[in-house]
Amino acid sequence: MSDPSIPLPPVEKARSPLSEAWEMFRRNHSAMAGLVILTFIVLGAIFGPMLYPTDPFDMVWAPFSPPGEEGYLLGTDYLGRDLMAQIIHGARVTLIIGLSAAIVTIVIGVTIGALAGFYRGWVEEVLMRITEFFQVLPTLLFSMVIVALFGATLPMITFAIGIVSWTAVARITRAEFLRIRELEYVTASRAAGAPSGKLMFKVILPNAAPPIIVQSALMVGSAILFEAGLSFLGLTDPNIVSWGQIIGSNRQYILESGYTVTIPGLAIFVTVLAISLVGDGLNDALNPKLRQR
Amino acid sequence: MDILRVTATRIFYAILLLLAVLILNFTMMHLAPGDVADTIAQSMGGADEEVLARIRADYGLDQPFLVQLGTYMGKILRFDLGYSFYYSRPVTDLILQRLPATLLLVFTAQILAMIVGVVLGVISARRPNGILSHFVTFFALFGYSAPVFWTGILLLIAFSLKIQWFPVAGMRDVTLTGGFWVQAVDIARHMVLPTLTLASIFLALYSRLSRATMMEVLGSDYVRTAKAKGLSTREVVYKHALKNALSPVITLAGLQFSAVVSGAVLVETVFAWPGLGTLAFQSILARDTPTILGILFFSALMVIVGNLLTDFVLRLVDPRMRGRA
Repeated sequence: MSDPSIPLPPVEKARSPLSEAWEMFRRNHSAMAGLVILTFIVLGAIFGPMLYPTDPFDMVWAPFSPPGEEGYLLGTDYLGRDLMAQIIHGARVTLIIGLSAAIVTIVIGVTIGALAGFYRGWVEEVLMRITEFFQVLPTLLFSMVIVALFGATLPMITFAIGIVSWTAVARITRAEFLRIRELEYVTASRAAGAPSGKLMFKVILPNAAPPIIVQSALMVGSAILFEAGLSFLGLTDPNIVSWGQIIGSNRQYILESGYTVTIPGLAIFVTVLAISLVGDGLNDALNPKLRQR
Repeated sequence: MDILRVTATRIFYAILLLLAVLILNFTMMHLAPGDVADTIAQSMGGADEEVLARIRADYGLDQPFLVQLGTYMGKILRFDLGYSFYYSRPVTDLILQRLPATLLLVFTAQILAMIVGVVLGVISARRPNGILSHFVTFFALFGYSAPVFWTGILLLIAFSLKIQWFPVAGMRDVTLTGGFWVQAVDIARHMVLPTLTLASIFLALYSRLSRATMMEVLGSDYVRTAKAKGLSTREVVYKHALKNALSPVITLAGLQFSAVVSGAVLVETVFAWPGLGTLAFQSILARDTPTILGILFFSALMVIVGNLLTDFVLRLVDPRMRGRA
């Protein structure tokens, strides 16, 4: 049809949605600040223990030595353990639990939401009743009970956080599926004979992804808060050190050493804040419709 | 009467939910390693297999799962949540004794968070780029990100240890003698910090939500009409717009009941507030399974009743919701 000898007018190169979203994200100052802080924390959690090999369980100095004295940058706790070492080594556990609990949450939530939104009818009815049931259980109490009855091991703590937090993800996924399953391109691929599994996870899910991704990012933050709460209450593996656990074990001594509580709390706060900022930024970048707001 | 029929359906579902909680509770107790017989044996200082078997027979623990479940449900219907071997008291007594403190804390915090949150939200919606608006955004981020027990401890250090304005822990000063008002003031003084801490999580949510809905409502046609009629801004904002902006806030409040109970556990533990949260904490430390499960059941009951009430209030406030299931 078109004659290749006639030069076409220069067309602006089409950009992938991903690079467009990144462009959007990059212009958001608070989101970028969050990303930088988060990168720093993650790198610290990965490489910190190598650069600062002091064992967090070693009693290195007199207890209650305030920050900055005797070469211990953040001071020592009630047993004379190096708080700096505890913070650095605790970062790993805190981040790993946050991340894996968020993964559990997303897997359960997306599966239940996708099945409910895709099949409708009695499947939806049953799954949504189950979701409602989990919303009625007070989240922290329920996971406290699980950890208390079945043991405070890392996998059990992760499971206990995941099993109480998936309802929001399920609701969002279902709502997206309900909307998208009626779109023409889905009907087309259904007519072309795509099996249900393919329709759900290859055809619909990619388009439902943006809000789920945003929710997942926020889920990591709330899982970290959750783990902190549980270990603050002493429901944690005593052989590992996490930020919440530092606060929990030093709680009785705030009169002597307030910093053993305020510093790890600050670490949790900054981490979760950075994750929230990134989550908000993702939300703006991935939902172009909301940009006017 | 649509509203009656809808309410009846709601109550029916609520009862089903409660039954489901009971079954879950019982199943967990069943699956958990160690049973009541072990607990009793432990408190006796150990027992051999024969004694353990006799205790199990006495408590019906040798019966099949479904029979035990039936017995358990029958007991719950009579408000019998079991016996705490740690406290040597019926669990129902323990819970009822601790309940008023928790309810007082939770309701005060929720109401405070809602009122202040809506006021902040409305004011900042009217000036989306004002200082207060930025403050609300910042505060909302803080509320999302700060661990609530940390906020509590910071307030404790600042206002009970450094400046000694408020008592460090508990609900009342036992050495205090005096009439009703002296006691009331004492409890109020003990309440300030825990209430502020608990409210801080939800204040952020409410202010952010009411700011968003208020901005939406203020841009709608009927508000423009009201303005065009020549009504004062105050009247338009507080009489016309606020009414419509409230129902999402009430919906959110209903969804928060479970989070409030969770937050209360942490806040009560920080301030040694003698409510259900500290009871849960202590009984978990003591591995007192009947009490833990009793509290879980009871808090689920509170959440369910709370949801029903919210639903009812929402239908009263918002006529559009009345016929909906």
